[in-house]
Amino acid sequence: MTIVTIVKQVPEAEARVRVQGGALDLAGATFVLDGMDEYGVEQALRLREAGEASEIVAVGYGPRETEQALRTALAMGADRAVLLEASGLDDPLTVALALAEVVREAGADLVLVGGKQADWDSAALGPALAEALGWPHVDWATAFTLSGQAFESVHEIDDGSETLRGSLPLVVTTQQGLNEPRYPTLPNIMKANRKPLDVRPAATEESRSAARSYAVVERERRRVVLEGDASSAASELVRRLRDEAKVLG
Amino acid sequence: MILIVVEHDQGALRKSAFELVGLGRSLAIASGARLAALVLSAAGDDLASELARYLDEVHLVRDARLDPPRAETVTRAVAHAAQTLGADVVLLPASRAGLAYGPRVALRLCGSLLEDVTSVTFEGDTVVATRPAYLARVSATVVAKAKPVVVSVKPGAAPIAALADTSGRVHPLAVPFAAEDLRLEPSARQAVVKGRVALEEADVVVCGGRGLGSAEAFERQVVGLADRLGAGVGATRAVVDAGWRPYVEQIGQTGKTVTPKLFLALGVSGAVQHLSGMNRSGVIVAVNKDADAPIFRVTDYGIVGDVHEVVPALAAALEGPD
Repeated sequence: MTIVTIVKQVPEAEARVRVQGGALDLAGATFVLDGMDEYGVEQALRLREAGEASEIVAVGYGPRETEQALRTALAMGADRAVLLEASGLDDPLTVALALAEVVREAGADLVLVGGKQADWDSAALGPALAEALGWPHVDWATAFTLSGQAFESVHEIDDGSETLRGSLPLVVTTQQGLNEPRYPTLPNIMKANRKPLDVRPAATEESRSAARSYAVVERERRRVVLEGDASSAASELVRRLRDEAKVLG
Repeated sequence: MILIVVEHDQGALRKSAFELVGLGRSLAIASGARLAALVLSAAGDDLASELARYLDEVHLVRDARLDPPRAETVTRAVAHAAQTLGADVVLLPASRAGLAYGPRVALRLCGSLLEDVTSVTFEGDTVVATRPAYLARVSATVVAKAKPVVVSVKPGAAPIAALADTSGRVHPLAVPFAAEDLRLEPSARQAVVKGRVALEEADVVVCGGRGLGSAEAFERQVVGLADRLGAGVGATRAVVDAGWRPYVEQIGQTGKTVTPKLFLALGVSGAVQHLSGMNRSGVIVAVNKDADAPIFRVTDYGIVGDVHEVVPALAAALEGPD
């Protein structure tokens, strides 16, 4: 059984994101494999270690630099990688349609993808990919087990959690809590450089939605620090919340 | 036409339903479009009747296969309704459920998706929205390029609609569900403590971080204060990872986004991922013993001190004469 794990290259969480004349300025930002996707790579490795998968294909969509994220996935243990090279930040529906082609070609029965991408702040890729493939999906999985074609997964819903059962094929969106992703070892990083990484242009249609401009969101805050011991600071806080901010009755 | 998909829980419409009605009304007025609401329910017509007091046209899909709700059955129903009714715009809540079926509906209709938006307007015939991007460090203005447009709207992005002077009609709608919509078999649904206000709907949120030190301290200080204020309880990723609190209470990139009138951050350092889930709150208060904690950069009122001393003092001050 082949597993496809989707990876994305995103600016580090601590990176400064600037806006110049409505355009995004990411100069100086360090790019990394999206943390959400790491859980998917790790889960694929664990399924292979448990004898439930034979091949793991890491698939990326984005600029040439996405190769680095794919190399990280290979260093963690994926067998081979495919990069659909695209210059812009395409919308998740467009990306999903392109990725679905690669999933079909790989003959995969299971696709793992991060629950939320840290660039577009989108949770749409997993469900959209499932739709493009005509498969069901499990979103925000915190547990996933497979026995042959039968799976059981716990996932987060609005008011708690739910257990879902079914049989493959399936798309799963991954998040923290699912597992603890491993760090690539130095020998594996060396080995990853020799693993096959197939780069091809993404043959996509035009994006179905696009960002026109960006703005930095910074709300003015009072930034008042209340001094004194706990009791006087607390009293002053309550007074200000009532009289100044008027958010307490 | 504009179609609103409403969500409900335990026999009551969610707050988001009324926000979407308000938003739908203003879009309908601006564009001259027809406005209708869609209710998906396994039982009872009460919700549809209640909604018909807010707008003229309500469509009700009543089908046992909608309980428990699955992304695929909801996708089938919403896509079918949108097609049948000729919707150009579908508004749905950016709840966890909405974020899961929204993309499927958009793709099935060969349309576009504007996801998790904080505002939405028409520019002529084009739907334009604003939404956070890059861990909510920036706001992007996004333009839909294909129709119909599916828009998932962040909780709190629109004011709640007032009751209209109308008694609308409820139209039953049958949906041709397929066997493939029921491929996943749900079981063991675990709801987290009921009886407390839902996090996304709360006017006040008390959120605790690792600074609390233990699950017991979290319960005593954060939950204790939340109970006193009738507030929702939130937690940071570190707290959830440590197993002190359930995932459903997590605020941030992987958790929920909240926009209460008052947000109290107790022992929260303020990582970027966390800020992305709460930085649109009205008034933000932080208590942290580290004066350099990043949380203080986004607060209105800060107290540098030990949460174990400040929170009891705060509780006492709330009790005291004002």
